[in-house]
Amino acid sequence: MATSSAEYIQHHLQNLTFGKLPGGYVRADGSVVEETTWTLARSGAEATDMGFMAVHVDTLGWSIFMGLIFLGLFRYVAGRATVDTPTGAQNMVEMVVEFIQNIVRDTFHGKSPLVAPLALTIFVWVFLMNSLKWIPVDYIPGLAHALGLDYFKIVPTADPNGTFGLSLGVFILIIFYSIKIKGVGGFVHELSFTPFKHWSLIPFNLFLEILGLLTKPLSLALRLFGNMYAGEVVFILIALLPFYLQWGLNVPWAIFHILVIPLQAFIFMVLSVVYLSAAHEDSH
Amino acid sequence: MNINLTLFGQTIAFAIFVWFTMKYVWPPITQAMQERQKKIAEGLDAAGRAQRDLGLAQEKASQTLRETKEQATQIIEQANKSANLIVEEAKQQARSEGERLIAAAKVEIEQEMNRAKDQLRAQVAVLAIQGAEQILESEVDPKAHSELVNKLASQL
Repeated sequence: MATSSAEYIQHHLQNLTFGKLPGGYVRADGSVVEETTWTLARSGAEATDMGFMAVHVDTLGWSIFMGLIFLGLFRYVAGRATVDTPTGAQNMVEMVVEFIQNIVRDTFHGKSPLVAPLALTIFVWVFLMNSLKWIPVDYIPGLAHALGLDYFKIVPTADPNGTFGLSLGVFILIIFYSIKIKGVGGFVHELSFTPFKHWSLIPFNLFLEILGLLTKPLSLALRLFGNMYAGEVVFILIALLPFYLQWGLNVPWAIFHILVIPLQAFIFMVLSVVYLSAAHEDSH
Repeated sequence: MNINLTLFGQTIAFAIFVWFTMKYVWPPITQAMQERQKKIAEGLDAAGRAQRDLGLAQEKASQTLRETKEQATQIIEQANKSANLIVEEAKQQARSEGERLIAAAKVEIEQEMNRAKDQLRAQVAVLAIQGAEQILESEVDPKAHSELVNKLASQL
């Protein structure tokens, strides 16, 4: 276990990384890797040196686990959805579905069978991933340590890979629908002639529009990641206090997250719908 | 905080989740909700219709009641009227019957009287002849004197 405060914090912000180490690499404990191998990183430096060919096992695992909880619950309800008086889980699920339905109806003006389910998935999934933050910061990493895993970070949305993965999906859909609705020519035309409708300004327009296009997934991912990461850091800082003082800051911060966690999930969902709506709008 | 393959892993998981939701989660739930909405609307509609029907039925019932009451009073009135008529007729009949009986009795009395008078007259004639015989101490020839006696008797 880490000893100093800085190490403790760094330790808690390090993902469990499974990646490729090149042959001849000197590991944290001084041993040398004979040839290129896939292995679990034993230090932050090792994880960094693995570069792009690595996977955050904890991020992926927990996000898939949360996704399966979401799908399991909703599919369970969907399978036995009754037209008569709904009870228990169905009430809750229908409340969420109706909430999403209203937002999509108000925000999204095109016709697509994908957008509403997408919004539902984003909202509930991100909410569940965010809500992992309520689990005290040492519980699950401590358990993982007892099982022999050095690093364990459970909040997938506090990992930029997690949030960029989501926004990448949304970005692909934005491009896909832009081209599907407007055609390649229409899409290029839109990028070239907004906001200024003059041929001489095409380069300027292109620069502006492509920047705007790329900003969409970037802002989506960074907003969620920033909020969750910062919140996580504060939780870790609070965890450095003597245990009998922690509740004084921990509890208000957790209560504050009752607002932050659904709000960030909501913002991610609404912005995705807004972006997709813009992609569906044909300006000609 | 390194960007690595996790990014694509996450995107793939996301895509699968969205696909699953679109295929198996969203449609049944929204369909159930829609159907319920329709059912509720129909139920409210039916309730409204039933209420309207109830109002109509109540109105009809009260109208029938009113009509029946009217009919009943009419029948009673008619009955009263015909009863009065019957009583009146009976009275009339009784009166005329009485009058007829009285008249018949009078006629009979008259006849009786006349008959008595005739008898008396005849007896008086006989008595007169007997009286006259005694007075004359002789026989009177009824034939000869019958004219006289009858004249006497008719004067009685």
